[in-house]
Amino acid sequence: MTRAHSLSLSLSLSLSLSLSLSLPSLAHAQTLVVWHAYGDHEAAGLAAAAHAWETQHPGVHVDLVASPFGAYATRLRSAVPTHHGPDLFIDAHNRLATYVAEGIVVPIGGAPLDDFDGRVLASLRYADDLWGVPLSVKCLALYVWDDLARDPFVDLEAIEARGSTLPTGTFPLVWELGSSYATVGLFHAYGAELLDASGHFAASTPAGASALARLTGLESRGIVPPETTNDLVRDLFRSRRAVSAVSGPWLALDLVGQPGWRVQPLPRVQSADDHAMQPYATIEAAMLPTYSPQPELALDLARYLAATEGSVIRAREGGHIVASESAWLEPALANDPTLVGFHEAALRALPMPTDPHMDVVFGPMDRALHNALRGDATPADALAQAAHRFESETRAAPARRDPTIAIVFVSSTLVLVLLVALSRLRSAELRAALVRSMPAYAWVTHAFVAVLALVVVPLLVGAATSFFAGYPDQHYVGLANYEDILTNRGSGLFDHGSFWIVLPVTVLWTVVNVTLHVAIGVGLALLLHRPTVKLRTFARVLLVVPWAVPSYVTALAWRGMFHRQLGAINAILALFGVEPVSWFAQFSTAFTANVATNVWLGFPFMMVVTLGALTSIPRDLYEAADLDGATAMQKLTRITLPMLAPALLPAVAMGAVWTFNMFNVVFLVSAGEPDGTTEILVSEAYRWAFTRGHQIGYAAAYSVLIFMILVGLTRLLPRERARSAT
Amino acid sequence: MRARLLGDVVVHALIALAVIFALYPVLWVVALAFSPGVTPEARALPVPDGFSLEHFAAVLSRTDDGGHWVFGSQLASSSLVSVFTALVAIMIATPAAYGLSRFDFVGKRASLGAMLATQMFPGVAASVPLYLLLDALDLLDTRTGLVLVYATTAVPFAIFQLRGAFDAIPKELEEAAMVDGATRATAFLRVVLPAARPAIAVTALFAFIQAWNEFVLAATFLTREDLYTLPILLQSYASEHDANLGHFAAGAILVSVPVMALFYFLQRELVTGLTEGGVKG
Repeated sequence: MTRAHSLSLSLSLSLSLSLSLSLPSLAHAQTLVVWHAYGDHEAAGLAAAAHAWETQHPGVHVDLVASPFGAYATRLRSAVPTHHGPDLFIDAHNRLATYVAEGIVVPIGGAPLDDFDGRVLASLRYADDLWGVPLSVKCLALYVWDDLARDPFVDLEAIEARGSTLPTGTFPLVWELGSSYATVGLFHAYGAELLDASGHFAASTPAGASALARLTGLESRGIVPPETTNDLVRDLFRSRRAVSAVSGPWLALDLVGQPGWRVQPLPRVQSADDHAMQPYATIEAAMLPTYSPQPELALDLARYLAATEGSVIRAREGGHIVASESAWLEPALANDPTLVGFHEAALRALPMPTDPHMDVVFGPMDRALHNALRGDATPADALAQAAHRFESETRAAPARRDPTIAIVFVSSTLVLVLLVALSRLRSAELRAALVRSMPAYAWVTHAFVAVLALVVVPLLVGAATSFFAGYPDQHYVGLANYEDILTNRGSGLFDHGSFWIVLPVTVLWTVVNVTLHVAIGVGLALLLHRPTVKLRTFARVLLVVPWAVPSYVTALAWRGMFHRQLGAINAILALFGVEPVSWFAQFSTAFTANVATNVWLGFPFMMVVTLGALTSIPRDLYEAADLDGATAMQKLTRITLPMLAPALLPAVAMGAVWTFNMFNVVFLVSAGEPDGTTEILVSEAYRWAFTRGHQIGYAAAYSVLIFMILVGLTRLLPRERARSAT
Repeated sequence: MRARLLGDVVVHALIALAVIFALYPVLWVVALAFSPGVTPEARALPVPDGFSLEHFAAVLSRTDDGGHWVFGSQLASSSLVSVFTALVAIMIATPAAYGLSRFDFVGKRASLGAMLATQMFPGVAASVPLYLLLDALDLLDTRTGLVLVYATTAVPFAIFQLRGAFDAIPKELEEAAMVDGATRATAFLRVVLPAARPAIAVTALFAFIQAWNEFVLAATFLTREDLYTLPILLQSYASEHDANLGHFAAGAILVSVPVMALFYFLQRELVTGLTEGGVKG
């Protein structure tokens, strides 16, 4: 017990120490907290404008909190309902509808806003209220090198014509054709749209098919380089191997110090009756979270940032394409050709629909683009498929079910368990056993309580959400989420994205990875263990490097290495005269890319485990074998491997569980390409939680199924192995 | 003799190949970090486009809105959180692992099963309940809250590791001490813990790395920039549109250096400590 006491004492000591290190500094009378997800440059513009407002409001400090883009929505969703939200936050209008439905934002009141384009204000209006003060309007435009194209490109056909006079390796245009955000302008030119006014997928029309056919033609005729990514757009344009590029204001940041380019709105398209390509505009607005502690003051800041003065500062210092119309009359802005170029593009762009389904549409549409670009589907088929997937992924919340049966079931089970426990407690045998167990409990209780409270309970609560609809309505739905997963939401059981397709892929993924982990890890350990090896320590340290670098960094590095044009793997293959491989165009190669990454990440663990196990094999076994005249091979198979097995089995079991749930690699390397075939169960779960309309109940049902499969698989292990795995 | 020599050459060649495989992607990150400007072009060898420390300088010298040194405060934050995570996880797991190794008790099998089960459950739906829990404990936006979550998450695996290590230590060792009049607690502290040092070091290293690299929970629970950990800083260089890969690579190297140093200093413990967890599991 003394040990336990000193433990809890030192525990509380260390905790209070780290607590005291995190006390806030209170320097100002009043602090206004503003959240944003800007990068450094745009954040600087916001900060400059906020400082200007501070000077007009003595005693008030504006605390600008940059949030990583990937965690921004999650953070708002957790913090605002629990009263930990900011006073004001900045976000794009396309998430507004979801925020309204989830009760995260409140309408902004006060004097009506003028000085803004009507369409901009309309985008911030939803369900008869105005939900934000417009700050900036962002959209895509066309970057052109002045000396490579003297005349403005009036239409897409003019760009194509420029192609015939260019040296090989130089392209008239770089454009991320696989991204629906980047290419939606072309669909608009043809009179197609992604979502109609009632929130249904609307691109699966003859007009949409014509647009998609036009788009794939650009790639097949070599106007645009194949498999263009965001990085390739930047690279080719920066190095002047592309005459023009479709990109957003962010590209300008990479062109600093390289003058000689201009920005114009996206051109017209002759083949689409000479209609202009209208990209999507996203309106960045200052929004008022529910329970904002100081709404009046926050709104005052928002209005200042949006008004002429604040807008000019933001544009000048941070390159914001401000929404204020009067700001563009100021010479500081009117004389900046890049800003003006994007302003003009923004005036012609089409605001993204303010629809809760807007976030969902990009996934299926991107895959339609990829499928058509690869030639795996005709444009019309690819779009029809996208329409089907969109309907499937925006699945309506399952119907409310009566929880009575569940409540009765759960409570009667609890009562039953309690009764059994009580009746067994009355047996003298168990009581004696409990008394005997008391000394052991002194050693283990604190750990069980801690794990129960902070690991098991959150997981169980998370699992329980699988019986609810998820945001925004959280009603009880019984087993509907499970039924939907197991029946593939009414589509064919072996159709795209079905649980029954993803499960075998996951199993294959786990088996291949663990086999290679063990083979490479054990093989290297055996090599390193040989007494003749030079520089052993050195090699050992270098070989665990993959383990030491954060996996989200190295996964991105591997993705880069598999890039078709920029990747090192294709550069190596080119040395042997192999044509560039499109790694993410086929299941086999994309799966290989994922496996290569994960094997690289995982073999050091197995190697280190094996090295340790080798040192504990008694040497006299080998000496005895030598006396018997055993060959090296016999010593390996009769002594080394059997002696290694008990040490390796738990590591293999752990490794298999980790690999089964390794969503990092799948997410970052193949991202499910091609066409979602390389997704594994856990990455599907994350997609449902974060990119498919935040269906947390559905994602939770996935995670419970994954859990049940893993428990079932470990049960399959022979008794002895299962024991050693624990 | 000839065959022996040939075998040696083959062995060294294979090890060299493996080292190349292990280092190649990391060298790309290094090349990116030292290249001036944005992205180097495609080539087989990871050599930088020239040599420049601009990315390192930018990451290291970044200041926030109030003029505070961002990298410094995030390094301090990450170090505090990771060190305390390792300490707390070890303090929780060590006695429990010892108890599980030396005693039989009612509920032992069930609790071990539950510990293993926590490793199988994807955390996709657990962040909201965790958030509410930390809120109830008033530990949101504190490093203490993050330490508690990280440490308890690390405990099950730590218990498996350490239990195996304690199993490998002969009971006679502490029994001898107890015959000499020591309590079990003293015997544990004076005899068993020193014998299990390699395994404890490795288990602490695991907990440390896990806390050092974690991003999602940190980004959800911490909303004050002075508390941010390094992965949050790194992630800000990899955002969707204005990604700065050079900064990202430089930051990644800076973040990895302490972990590599730990690996280097703990390599002997790593090799022995990791296996004890399994040999007699």
